[in-house]
Amino acid sequence: MIFVTVGTQLPFDRLIEAIDTIAPSLGEPVFAQTGASTYTPRNIEWSARIRPIEVDAYFAKARVVVAHAGIGTILTCQRVGRPVILFPRLVAHGEHRNDHQMATVGQLEGRPGLYVARTGEELHALLAQDLAPPPGTDVVPEGRQRLMQHLDSVIRSAGAR
Amino acid sequence: MASGAAQDAGRTAIRVLAVASQGGHWEQMMLLRSMLETHATRFATTEADLLAKAGITDGIILPDCNLDAPWPSLKCLIRSFVTVFRLRPKVIISTGAAPGFFCLLAGRLIGARTVWIDSVANVEKLSKSGTLAKWVASEWLTQWSHVAKPDGPHHVGGVL
Repeated sequence: MIFVTVGTQLPFDRLIEAIDTIAPSLGEPVFAQTGASTYTPRNIEWSARIRPIEVDAYFAKARVVVAHAGIGTILTCQRVGRPVILFPRLVAHGEHRNDHQMATVGQLEGRPGLYVARTGEELHALLAQDLAPPPGTDVVPEGRQRLMQHLDSVIRSAGAR
Repeated sequence: MASGAAQDAGRTAIRVLAVASQGGHWEQMMLLRSMLETHATRFATTEADLLAKAGITDGIILPDCNLDAPWPSLKCLIRSFVTVFRLRPKVIISTGAAPGFFCLLAGRLIGARTVWIDSVANVEKLSKSGTLAKWVASEWLTQWSHVAKPDGPHHVGGVL
Protein backbone atom coordinates (compact mmCIF):
# COMPACT_ATOMS: atom_id res chain seq x y z
CA MET A 1 0.00 0.00 0.00
CA ILE A 2 1.09 3.55 -0.70
CA PHE A 3 0.12 6.02 2.02
CA VAL A 4 -0.08 9.67 1.05
CA THR A 5 -0.34 12.46 3.62
CA VAL A 6 -0.28 16.23 3.26
CA GLY A 7 -0.90 17.02 6.92
CA THR A 8 -4.21 18.30 8.19
CA GLN A 9 -3.82 22.06 8.06
CA LEU A 10 -3.17 23.24 4.52
CA PRO A 11 -4.45 22.09 1.11
CA PHE A 12 -1.99 20.45 -1.28
CA ASP A 13 -3.99 19.78 -4.45
CA ARG A 14 -0.90 19.49 -6.67
CA LEU A 15 0.30 16.38 -4.83
CA ILE A 16 -3.15 14.79 -4.46
CA GLU A 17 -3.88 15.30 -8.15
CA ALA A 18 -0.44 13.95 -9.12
CA ILE A 19 -0.87 10.73 -7.15
CA ASP A 20 -4.48 10.36 -8.36
CA THR A 21 -3.24 10.60 -11.96
CA ILE A 22 -0.40 8.10 -11.43
CA ALA A 23 -2.42 5.61 -9.35
CA PRO A 24 -4.07 3.56 -12.15
CA SER A 25 -0.65 2.59 -13.55
CA LEU A 26 0.79 1.51 -10.20
CA GLY A 27 -1.07 -1.75 -9.59
CA GLU A 28 -0.93 -1.04 -5.86
CA PRO A 29 -3.61 0.42 -3.57
CA VAL A 30 -3.19 4.05 -2.54
CA PHE A 31 -4.72 5.76 0.50
CA ALA A 32 -4.45 9.52 0.95
CA GLN A 33 -5.02 11.82 3.90
CA THR A 34 -5.96 14.90 1.91
CA GLY A 35 -6.27 17.45 4.74
CA ALA A 36 -7.71 20.73 3.51
CA SER A 37 -7.21 19.90 -0.20
CA THR A 38 -10.15 20.70 -2.48
CA TYR A 39 -9.33 18.28 -5.33
CA THR A 40 -11.53 15.19 -5.16
CA PRO A 41 -9.57 12.02 -6.02
CA ARG A 42 -11.15 9.55 -8.49
CA ASN A 43 -8.69 6.67 -8.54
CA ILE A 44 -7.62 6.30 -4.92
CA GLU A 45 -9.13 5.88 -1.47
CA TRP A 46 -8.93 8.96 0.69
CA SER A 47 -9.99 10.67 3.89
CA ALA A 48 -9.69 14.36 4.76
CA ARG A 49 -8.42 13.66 8.25
CA ILE A 50 -7.25 10.52 10.02
CA ARG A 51 -7.23 10.80 13.81
CA PRO A 52 -3.69 11.01 15.26
CA ILE A 53 -4.35 7.89 17.29
CA GLU A 54 -5.13 5.92 14.11
CA VAL A 55 -2.60 7.36 11.70
CA ASP A 56 0.37 5.22 12.80
CA ALA A 57 -1.44 2.13 11.52
CA TYR A 58 -1.49 3.65 8.02
CA PHE A 59 2.25 4.36 8.17
CA ALA A 60 2.88 0.81 9.39
CA LYS A 61 0.80 -0.75 6.58
CA ALA A 62 2.50 1.29 3.86
CA ARG A 63 5.29 -0.01 1.61
CA VAL A 64 6.20 3.61 0.99
CA VAL A 65 4.88 6.95 2.25
CA VAL A 66 4.41 9.98 -0.02
CA ALA A 67 4.16 13.29 1.80
CA HIS A 68 4.66 17.01 1.93
CA ALA A 69 8.00 17.84 3.54
CA GLY A 70 6.54 18.16 7.04
CA ILE A 71 8.89 17.29 9.89
CA GLY A 72 6.17 15.40 11.78
CA THR A 73 5.72 13.05 8.83
CA ILE A 74 9.47 12.62 8.33
CA LEU A 75 10.01 11.73 12.00
CA THR A 76 7.06 9.32 11.99
CA CYS A 77 8.52 7.50 8.96
CA GLN A 78 11.86 7.18 10.76
CA ARG A 79 10.11 5.86 13.86
CA VAL A 80 8.11 3.21 12.01
CA GLY A 81 10.91 2.44 9.52
CA ARG A 82 9.19 3.32 6.24
CA PRO A 83 10.80 4.99 3.22
CA VAL A 84 9.26 8.38 2.46
CA ILE A 85 9.11 10.36 -0.77
CA LEU A 86 8.96 14.08 0.04
CA PHE A 87 7.12 16.40 -2.32
CA PRO A 88 7.79 19.95 -1.09
CA ARG A 89 5.11 22.62 -0.94
CA LEU A 90 5.91 25.73 -2.96
CA VAL A 91 4.93 29.34 -2.38
CA ALA A 92 4.75 29.80 -6.18
CA HIS A 93 1.69 27.50 -6.17
CA GLY A 94 0.23 29.10 -3.03
CA GLU A 95 0.92 25.93 -1.02
CA HIS A 96 2.62 27.51 1.99
CA ARG A 97 3.53 30.86 3.50
CA ASN A 98 7.22 30.44 2.62
CA ASP A 99 9.53 28.00 0.86
CA HIS A 100 10.95 26.38 4.01
CA GLN A 101 9.87 22.91 2.77
CA MET A 102 12.16 23.40 -0.22
CA ALA A 103 15.01 24.24 2.20
CA THR A 104 14.11 21.24 4.37
CA VAL A 105 14.39 18.78 1.48
CA GLY A 106 17.63 20.47 0.41
CA GLN A 107 19.10 19.65 3.82
CA LEU A 108 17.65 16.15 4.11
CA GLU A 109 17.95 14.80 0.56
CA GLY A 110 20.31 11.85 0.35
CA ARG A 111 19.75 10.63 3.91
CA PRO A 112 18.88 6.93 4.02
CA GLY A 113 15.16 6.26 3.61
CA LEU A 114 14.42 9.81 2.44
CA TYR A 115 13.64 10.52 -1.22
CA VAL A 116 12.62 13.74 -2.93
CA ALA A 117 10.27 14.29 -5.88
CA ARG A 118 9.72 17.77 -7.24
CA THR A 119 7.38 16.82 -10.10
CA GLY A 120 4.73 14.21 -10.86
CA GLU A 121 7.19 12.46 -13.21
CA GLU A 122 9.85 12.19 -10.51
CA LEU A 123 7.24 10.85 -8.11
CA HIS A 124 6.10 8.24 -10.64
CA ALA A 125 9.69 7.11 -11.24
CA LEU A 126 10.39 6.73 -7.52
CA LEU A 127 7.16 4.82 -6.87
CA ALA A 128 8.17 2.29 -9.52
CA GLN A 129 11.29 1.45 -7.50
CA ASP A 130 11.90 -0.70 -4.47
CA LEU A 131 12.94 2.00 -1.99
CA ALA A 132 15.19 1.24 0.97
CA PRO A 133 13.83 2.12 4.44
CA PRO A 134 15.56 4.42 6.97
CA PRO A 135 17.93 2.86 9.52
CA GLY A 136 16.42 1.43 12.71
CA THR A 137 15.52 3.55 15.72
CA ASP A 138 17.55 1.47 18.19
CA VAL A 139 20.56 3.75 17.78
CA VAL A 140 20.12 7.30 19.10
CA PRO A 141 21.83 9.75 16.70
CA GLU A 142 24.90 11.45 18.17
CA GLY A 143 23.41 14.96 17.80
CA ARG A 144 20.27 13.97 19.72
CA GLN A 145 22.39 12.42 22.45
CA ARG A 146 24.28 15.71 22.84
CA LEU A 147 21.05 17.73 22.90
CA MET A 148 19.59 15.46 25.58
CA GLN A 149 22.73 15.63 27.71
CA HIS A 150 22.72 19.41 27.47
CA LEU A 151 19.04 19.63 28.47
CA ASP A 152 19.59 17.19 31.32
CA SER A 153 22.39 19.35 32.74
CA VAL A 154 20.20 22.49 32.40
CA ILE A 155 17.42 20.73 34.33
CA ARG A 156 19.77 19.42 37.03
CA SER A 157 21.40 22.82 37.59
CA ALA A 158 17.96 24.47 37.81
CA GLY A 159 16.94 21.84 40.37
CA ALA A 160 20.04 22.54 42.45
CA ARG A 161 19.26 26.24 42.74
CA MET B 1 13.12 -4.85 35.21
CA ALA B 2 12.93 -2.28 37.99
CA SER B 3 9.67 -2.03 39.87
CA GLY B 4 7.53 1.11 39.67
CA ALA B 5 8.83 2.27 43.04
CA ALA B 6 12.43 1.79 41.98
CA GLN B 7 11.78 3.78 38.78
CA ASP B 8 10.32 6.61 40.86
CA ALA B 9 13.40 6.51 43.04
CA GLY B 10 15.56 6.91 39.93
CA ARG B 11 13.61 9.98 38.94
CA THR B 12 14.47 13.45 40.22
CA ALA B 13 11.80 15.66 41.79
CA ILE B 14 12.69 18.59 39.53
CA ARG B 15 9.49 19.92 37.98
CA VAL B 16 9.77 20.32 34.22
CA LEU B 17 7.09 21.46 31.80
CA ALA B 18 7.58 20.26 28.20
CA VAL B 19 5.38 22.10 25.68
CA ALA B 20 4.98 21.18 22.01
CA SER B 21 2.20 21.88 19.53
CA GLN B 22 0.74 19.02 17.52
CA GLY B 23 2.58 17.71 14.46
CA GLY B 24 6.34 17.98 14.04
CA HIS B 25 6.84 19.93 17.26
CA TRP B 26 5.33 17.08 19.29
CA GLU B 27 7.21 14.36 17.38
CA GLN B 28 10.47 16.14 18.24
CA MET B 29 9.56 16.43 21.91
CA MET B 30 8.76 12.71 22.01
CA LEU B 31 12.28 11.97 20.78
CA LEU B 32 13.56 13.66 23.96
CA ARG B 33 11.06 11.85 26.16
CA SER B 34 13.41 9.23 27.65
CA MET B 35 15.58 11.96 29.17
CA LEU B 36 12.64 14.15 30.22
CA GLU B 37 11.05 11.28 32.09
CA THR B 38 14.07 10.99 34.38
CA HIS B 39 12.68 14.19 35.95
CA ALA B 40 9.21 15.17 37.21
CA THR B 41 8.13 16.23 33.73
CA ARG B 42 4.61 17.17 32.67
CA PHE B 43 3.86 17.31 28.94
CA ALA B 44 1.58 19.87 27.29
CA THR B 45 0.30 19.84 23.71
CA THR B 46 -2.62 21.10 21.62
CA GLU B 47 -4.32 17.79 20.74
CA ALA B 48 -5.70 15.37 23.36
CA ASP B 49 -5.33 12.37 21.02
CA LEU B 50 -1.55 12.75 21.05
CA LEU B 51 -1.38 12.33 24.83
CA ALA B 52 -3.56 9.22 24.64
CA LYS B 53 -1.43 7.80 21.83
CA ALA B 54 1.75 8.38 23.88
CA GLY B 55 0.17 6.84 26.99
CA ILE B 56 0.55 10.10 28.94
CA THR B 57 -2.22 10.34 31.54
CA ASP B 58 -1.24 13.57 33.32
CA GLY B 59 -0.75 15.67 30.17
CA ILE B 60 -2.07 19.18 29.67
CA ILE B 61 -4.01 20.50 26.68
CA LEU B 62 -3.46 24.06 25.51
CA PRO B 63 -5.48 25.77 22.76
CA ASP B 64 -3.61 25.92 19.44
CA CYS B 65 -2.79 29.31 18.02
CA ASN B 66 -0.36 31.15 15.80
CA LEU B 67 0.99 34.62 16.38
CA ASP B 68 -0.71 36.01 13.26
CA ALA B 69 -4.16 35.58 14.81
CA PRO B 70 -4.50 37.92 17.83
CA TRP B 71 -7.75 36.62 19.37
CA PRO B 72 -6.93 32.88 19.59
CA SER B 73 -3.42 33.91 20.67
CA LEU B 74 -4.80 35.86 23.62
CA LYS B 75 -6.84 32.84 24.71
CA CYS B 76 -3.79 30.64 24.33
CA LEU B 77 -1.64 33.11 26.29
CA ILE B 78 -4.07 33.11 29.22
CA ARG B 79 -4.26 29.30 29.34
CA SER B 80 -0.48 29.04 29.09
CA PHE B 81 -0.03 31.47 31.98
CA VAL B 82 -2.58 29.63 34.15
CA THR B 83 -0.79 26.33 33.44
CA VAL B 84 2.65 27.69 34.32
CA PHE B 85 1.50 29.55 37.45
CA ARG B 86 -0.24 26.40 38.71
CA LEU B 87 2.55 23.93 38.02
CA ARG B 88 5.43 26.21 39.07
CA PRO B 89 7.99 24.28 36.99
CA LYS B 90 11.70 24.86 37.59
CA VAL B 91 12.36 24.39 33.87
CA ILE B 92 10.16 24.91 30.80
CA ILE B 93 11.24 23.39 27.50
CA SER B 94 9.50 23.95 24.17
CA THR B 95 10.08 22.69 20.64
CA GLY B 96 7.48 25.24 19.44
CA ALA B 97 5.28 26.77 18.46
CA ALA B 98 3.24 29.75 19.80
CA PRO B 99 1.81 28.01 22.92
CA GLY B 100 5.37 27.06 23.88
CA PHE B 101 6.46 30.65 23.44
CA PHE B 102 3.72 31.84 25.82
CA CYS B 103 4.69 29.22 28.41
CA LEU B 104 8.31 30.40 28.27
CA LEU B 105 7.13 33.99 28.73
CA ALA B 106 5.13 32.97 31.80
CA GLY B 107 8.10 30.95 33.00
CA ARG B 108 10.31 34.03 33.04
CA LEU B 109 7.81 35.73 35.36
CA ILE B 110 8.10 32.94 37.94
CA GLY B 111 11.88 32.64 37.60
CA ALA B 112 11.95 29.30 35.77
CA ARG B 113 14.79 28.30 33.44
CA THR B 114 13.35 28.46 29.94
CA VAL B 115 14.62 26.52 26.93
CA TRP B 116 13.55 27.13 23.35
CA ILE B 117 14.53 24.39 20.89
CA ASP B 118 13.67 25.75 17.47
CA SER B 119 12.01 23.15 15.22
CA VAL B 120 14.32 21.08 13.05
CA ALA B 121 12.01 22.18 10.20
CA ASN B 122 13.61 25.64 10.26
CA VAL B 123 16.76 24.89 8.31
CA GLU B 124 17.48 28.43 7.10
CA LYS B 125 16.16 30.78 9.76
CA LEU B 126 14.13 30.57 12.93
CA SER B 127 10.34 30.63 12.92
CA LYS B 128 8.46 33.72 14.06
CA SER B 129 7.94 32.45 17.59
CA GLY B 130 11.51 31.12 17.53
CA THR B 131 12.86 34.58 16.72
CA LEU B 132 10.78 36.15 19.50
CA ALA B 133 11.90 33.41 21.90
CA LYS B 134 15.26 35.17 22.07
CA TRP B 135 13.70 37.55 24.61
CA VAL B 136 12.15 34.91 26.88
CA ALA B 137 14.48 31.91 26.66
CA SER B 138 17.40 31.45 29.01
CA GLU B 139 18.61 28.82 26.50
CA TRP B 140 17.89 29.80 22.89
CA LEU B 141 18.70 26.85 20.63
CA THR B 142 18.64 25.92 16.94
CA GLN B 143 19.01 22.32 15.75
CA TRP B 144 21.17 23.34 12.78
CA SER B 145 24.81 24.38 13.25
CA HIS B 146 24.71 26.67 10.19
CA VAL B 147 21.81 28.67 11.69
CA ALA B 148 23.66 29.24 14.99
CA LYS B 149 25.37 32.58 15.74
CA PRO B 150 27.85 33.56 18.47
CA ASP B 151 25.17 35.58 20.33
CA GLY B 152 22.52 32.91 19.73
CA PRO B 153 20.65 30.96 18.74
CA HIS B 154 23.15 28.35 19.93
CA HIS B 155 23.60 24.82 18.64
CA VAL B 156 24.10 21.89 21.00
CA GLY B 157 22.81 19.08 18.77
CA GLY B 158 19.49 18.15 17.20
CA VAL B 159 16.99 15.30 17.08
CA LEU B 160 17.75 14.16 13.51
